[in-house]
Amino acid sequence: MAVSLREYRARIKSTESMKKITRAMELIAASRIIKAQQRAQAAAPYARELTRAVSAVATFSNVDHPLTTEQEDANRAAVLIVTSDRGLAGAYSSSVLKEAERLAEKLREEGKEIDFYIAGRKGEAYFKFRNRQIVRSWTGFSDQPSYDIAAEVGEALIAAFLKEREEKGGVDEVHVVYTRFRSMLVQEPTAVRLLPLEVVEGTEAPEKGDVLPLYEFEPSPEAVLDGLLPQYVQSRIFFAMLQAAASELAARQKAMKSATDNAEELIKKYTRVANQARQAGITQEISEIVGGVNALADASAGSE
Amino acid sequence: MADTLQVELVAADRTVWSGSATMVIARTVEGDVGVLRGHAPLLSLLTDAVVEITGDEGDVVVAAVDGGFLSVAGDRVSILSEHAVLAEDINVDQARIDLDEARGGDAAPDETERRIRRAEARIRAVEKAR
Repeated sequence: MAVSLREYRARIKSTESMKKITRAMELIAASRIIKAQQRAQAAAPYARELTRAVSAVATFSNVDHPLTTEQEDANRAAVLIVTSDRGLAGAYSSSVLKEAERLAEKLREEGKEIDFYIAGRKGEAYFKFRNRQIVRSWTGFSDQPSYDIAAEVGEALIAAFLKEREEKGGVDEVHVVYTRFRSMLVQEPTAVRLLPLEVVEGTEAPEKGDVLPLYEFEPSPEAVLDGLLPQYVQSRIFFAMLQAAASELAARQKAMKSATDNAEELIKKYTRVANQARQAGITQEISEIVGGVNALADASAGSE
Repeated sequence: MADTLQVELVAADRTVWSGSATMVIARTVEGDVGVLRGHAPLLSLLTDAVVEITGDEGDVVVAAVDGGFLSVAGDRVSILSEHAVLAEDINVDQARIDLDEARGGDAAPDETERRIRRAEARIRAVEKAR
């Protein structure tokens, strides 16, 4: 026994307090996930109605809009990466960053230069550490994004997209990389192209004899589309952020759960080793006493 | 269902009000529009103003919206806005303070005008609901 019993006891104690902390973080993450899911559900009607309206305009009018037109020889792309503000969430941030790198690689192969936009402190730190340029970053909201932030991010991206290509900061495409929340156990990093928009046209084919609703547009189809599309983009970004928030919390809960389990294992192991050390100490003490008694007995037997 | 409108008033992060109604009055960029049952399909831009929904029992719901859309199709009315607040949730004093601040503020003229309009819409919504 190289280490004394006291040291083992100290180790057990510190592991125990670590376990308490990770357990608390696990519980906090678990309770926040439910809230995050509720927020995502609450935001769903807006996204649904907006999508319906956009596909109505796209289906029932032939209007070209700058946000939907494809640039012929696109050579600059913006990538928005949604990461977390805090660590301790397992591989959450690194897997979304890995996905972003993959996308960047693909875009570079297509001959495009890339402007990075970052949401979340972890992504910012990743780029800063590697001395890579980012155009803009937003931080401090990753586990409960508000619509206002999403609107701000959306405005910045739309502005960059609408700039002429000669201007500084103008881009021809906008991509978003975020983590999609599939279930409590599965979250997958996803990359989607946000701009130019691909509007999902009327989801159901009209039945025979069914008259399509002929929409009246006020003041005009162009003006309606002008107002509708930026909001559609912002709502898509908001959706991505809400999904990312739920994923982050789920990843954190999972990471903290395994940390707690690990701490339990460690405590068990240390308790065993500590008990062994204690028993070894006792055994040694006994054998010393017995040895001493024997020696005394031998000595007194010799003198008689 | 047959003789009422299905109305949904939706803000970006939640559904503010939904239910059946007999009439919806909203202010589009071109002027006030009233929607009754059987209205033609319509998609229209709203300004920062008050939306009035008359429920099927004669009760009136008043809300303030910050821009957004009104879409009508087959007796379904959806009002979409980034921010929508019911009159009873509006803090009048805060709206008045905002209005004064916007008037005295030195923001860009567009921004000032927008803030004034928003604050006024809120105050009007509360006054109407009384």
